[in-house]
Amino acid sequence: MISITGLTKTFGETPVLDQIDLDIAEGERVVIIGPSGTGKSTLLRCLNFLDRPDAGKITIGDLTVDAARARKAEILGLRRRTGFVFQNYALFANKTAQENIMEALVTVQRLPKAEAAARAQAVLAETGLADKANSYPAALSGGQQQRVGIGRAMALNAELMLFDEPTSALDPEWVGEVLDLMRRVAEQKQTMLIVTHEMQFAREIADRILFMHSGKIVEQGTPAEIFDAPQDPRLQRFLARVSG
Amino acid sequence: MQALDFEYMLGLVPVILGYVPLTLGMAAAGMVCALVLAALLAVERVIRVPVLDWLVVLFISFFRGTPLLVQLFLFYYGLPQVVSFLTRIDGVTAAILGLTLHFAAYMAESIRAAIIGVDRSQWEAAQSIGMTQWQLMLRIILPQAARVAAPTLVNYFIDMLKGTSLAFTLGVTEMMGAAQKEAAGSFRYFEAFLVVAVIYWVMVEALSQGQKWLETYLNKAFVR
Ligand SMILES: Nc1ncnc2c1ncn2[C@@H]1O[C@H](COP(=O)(O)OP(=O)(O)OP(=O)(O)O)[C@@H](O)[C@H]1O
Ligand SMILES: [Mg+2]
Repeated sequence: MISITGLTKTFGETPVLDQIDLDIAEGERVVIIGPSGTGKSTLLRCLNFLDRPDAGKITIGDLTVDAARARKAEILGLRRRTGFVFQNYALFANKTAQENIMEALVTVQRLPKAEAAARAQAVLAETGLADKANSYPAALSGGQQQRVGIGRAMALNAELMLFDEPTSALDPEWVGEVLDLMRRVAEQKQTMLIVTHEMQFAREIADRILFMHSGKIVEQGTPAEIFDAPQDPRLQRFLARVSG
Repeated sequence: MQALDFEYMLGLVPVILGYVPLTLGMAAAGMVCALVLAALLAVERVIRVPVLDWLVVLFISFFRGTPLLVQLFLFYYGLPQVVSFLTRIDGVTAAILGLTLHFAAYMAESIRAAIIGVDRSQWEAAQSIGMTQWQLMLRIILPQAARVAAPTLVNYFIDMLKGTSLAFTLGVTEMMGAAQKEAAGSFRYFEAFLVVAVIYWVMVEALSQGQKWLETYLNKAFVR
């Protein structure tokens, strides 16, 4: 169970997240859509304290953190309960595919090396990259790098996986394989919070869709409700624009 | 004009070579200490700890802004008059210490630049999986920064190797000191110092070759 209340973030004078309230059930797949600059990335980054929220409460599983006075240990606690997939993959350039996935298992979860390696290999097999275990990121295609990025987050066995536009930086030819992998992750009942501009994928994978505008969740509902019967005029305009 | 006395020079070579281990030892010890100190200074400059940052900036500015010889004299001959326990430091230790502080200031700047050069998103990725600042520095950032900074650091090592000759001014009998003593007996100063120069030259050339090899190796790293 994930629960967010009153999450607020201001950059300088600009409010970017405005009192966000959001509950996510275990195994639920929530997709966030919305125009550029409305705070979708910031919401995900605040959950992971890559950006520090100004106020609000975040509960993930057994850990509740008051954002305004979060201590170091609590921040690490939140990060250990979440896996983050970045738009630009953000793989460790000095580590092989397998080492990228092992890194958190060894340094954060303190698993013995052999055990971490075995788990990393299992994850690599799931991502279809078993034969790339010893390749460095520079030698992988964009699609392969992002699959390793997803594998790195999968290996954490996190209570919540966050995806920030995981296919936006990819050449079109690699988008399919990354979306396929995300579908497989979804099949494992993994709780997922996904920001994407892939509307077809959103409709297909989401249990619930959130529409964000100017730092607020303006409308939410099932894919059918959002795509087939949008209420808010801003959502209607947004959908008209993205469906071209 | 007097002809060069080659026989004298050849005889001097093994004598001066006997001091090469001391020279290399001072340079190596200075380099190891300077690398550690420089890495710490560089990391601080990137993280910017309040107050400490100000001190680090001051340190780097001072040791880059004044000549090594002046620093050595200041700390070896000057400071012990003020701080009494320092009188027990011998010339070799003082030289290593001086080289360490001086070159750490320079190396900190190139390591800092290399750290900043590592893609910011890798910091975030490391944070996102729950790594501490220390872990992400030691395991992700510094190994990559080291590769970028390595060729420059070798340059500083070469400078440091040559800088060890200043230990002579602290009363250390190293290559230069030995040549000076030999020449004082024979009055063949030119030959004696020429031998020293050639030995330095050969060592630096060897290091430059090593540096080229290192660069080729580093360019190939992380691609497979
Ligand atoms: N580090 C920052 N400093 C200042 N302003 C920022 C910072 N990060 C984001 N912003 C601003 O916050 C707002 C929300 O940004 P955010 O990246 O969350 O939007 P987004 O919904 O993810 O947009 P996109 O679809 O383009 O990715 C934007 O106006 C952006 O300019
Ligand atoms: Mg974004």
